[in-house]
Amino acid sequence: MTLTEIKTAIEKQFPGSVLENEDLGEHQVELKGDQWLELATFLKTDPTLCFDQLECITGVDTGEEGPLQSRYNLHSMEHRHKIEVIISHDRENPKVASIEQLWHIGDWFERETYDMFGIVYEGHRDLRRILCPDDWEGWPLRKDYEGQENYHGIIVPKIKEEEGWE
Amino acid sequence: MGVVHGDQMILNIGPQHPSTHGVLRLEVKTDGEIVSEVKPHIGYLHRCFEKHSENVTYEQVIPFTDRCDYLAAMNSNFGYVVAMEELMEIKVPERVDFIRVIMGELNRIASHLLALGVYGLDVGAFTPFLYMLRDRERILDMFEYTCGARLLYNYMWVGGVSHDLPKDFVKICGDFLDYFEPQISEYNELLTYNKIFIERTADVGVLPADVAVSFGVTGPNLRGSGVKWDVRKDEPYSIYDRFDFDVPTGTGEFGTVGDCFDRYWVRMLEVKESVKILRQALKDIPDGDVHQAIPKKIRPPKGSVYRRTESPRGDLGYYIISDGTPVASRVKMRSPAFTALSVLDEISRGWMISDVIAILGSLDIVLGEIDR
Repeated sequence: MTLTEIKTAIEKQFPGSVLENEDLGEHQVELKGDQWLELATFLKTDPTLCFDQLECITGVDTGEEGPLQSRYNLHSMEHRHKIEVIISHDRENPKVASIEQLWHIGDWFERETYDMFGIVYEGHRDLRRILCPDDWEGWPLRKDYEGQENYHGIIVPKIKEEEGWE
Repeated sequence: MGVVHGDQMILNIGPQHPSTHGVLRLEVKTDGEIVSEVKPHIGYLHRCFEKHSENVTYEQVIPFTDRCDYLAAMNSNFGYVVAMEELMEIKVPERVDFIRVIMGELNRIASHLLALGVYGLDVGAFTPFLYMLRDRERILDMFEYTCGARLLYNYMWVGGVSHDLPKDFVKICGDFLDYFEPQISEYNELLTYNKIFIERTADVGVLPADVAVSFGVTGPNLRGSGVKWDVRKDEPYSIYDRFDFDVPTGTGEFGTVGDCFDRYWVRMLEVKESVKILRQALKDIPDGDVHQAIPKKIRPPKGSVYRRTESPRGDLGYYIISDGTPVASRVKMRSPAFTALSVLDEISRGWMISDVIAILGSLDIVLGEIDR
């Protein structure tokens, strides 16, 4: 199926959930976040869509003013089509439903995005940091991140403007 | 007789343990000697690849990709430059495509040889490891001859490669293939058809196809479960659509489809397919200038790209977002070993502690790539 057909199928089942955005690429679609779990279930179980593989979840920080985003790359082994779902989150209180129980790999991908961006996936059964230590402070991949001075007495290196790494 | 429960014990394997293939800690809950839960703890090797990439220019990211999957650095480079070229809409000269495929496939053989040899080591066979490393060394020599580095190459650049092939490379590589092909049957005699090896791996850690897809397992691990999926065939990039090769899948040779032996066996068959591709590529390689299409300034237009390629461990995806400046706004690496490790808990339950080592080895993980 092409992107337009997939969009129409989503719009038919969940009216008003597809957001219009001119800047999007070939396979991208921006969706509202409030019905994400039901929408994801539909994307996975509907026989004509059948997105059985969750390739990747990418967290994105669009800048100081903009929202945080989760981007889901989905692929169907059966029909060999793909789609990229973009969901935007409020910067102050980023949260969205977890799809960990639909695709098992969602568990680790969501933990990684939580670790790096602080996006809370509601309903995740074991949401804790995965790459950073449990007691790390802040969300490293956000654009406004400022690292802690030291971690258990170890000085954390910082980037200096123009000079590069300390 | 009813079910006997032993005392529950928590056992830590790693972070410094030879059979964890790097710095990985497994928290294993056991019931007697039966494993009831495995919790992998990762992040010991986290070097902030993605954060670094937002602070250096696009071409400076390439050496970082080397250090992610250090056993198949050519393939890591390959994935990144293919994604970048898609974003910038660069068409590279034909010779560059051929060189990249040759390097990628040689590195795939090198990586698989290490995976197979170390797997033998994991389950107690020492000798095959030495044979395989001996032959891997010859491939690394060829890399050194071409670009000066044995393991971390920084060879593929956006729009081209750093050095052209040496004049006699085609002959050297051809000689190597002639030498190498008969060696595969030697490996089989040494390790594959060894009764002890089969007993240790067949029927152990069975990964059904639907579970594998749900856990995002890709590459030889997924094909071991009988799913015919190979990015080189199904979403061809570079010039892979020109070559004639098969996609081997697991058939349950000595046990069930998707067991440790199948994952091992698929890798062995893939080595043969890589040799096939190499022979075709060496035969058809055209002349040309490898630096011709390298852009002076890398400044991609605004936009994003997600491109996956087939690394020896599976689907290696790069998500690159550009905001029109010479520095990336976001680079995300979708690591195949990361997803492969996540399935460990699911397929290790109910097996003995020694089988967990066999299962972990059969997944062929590289911690540098998991932790990034």
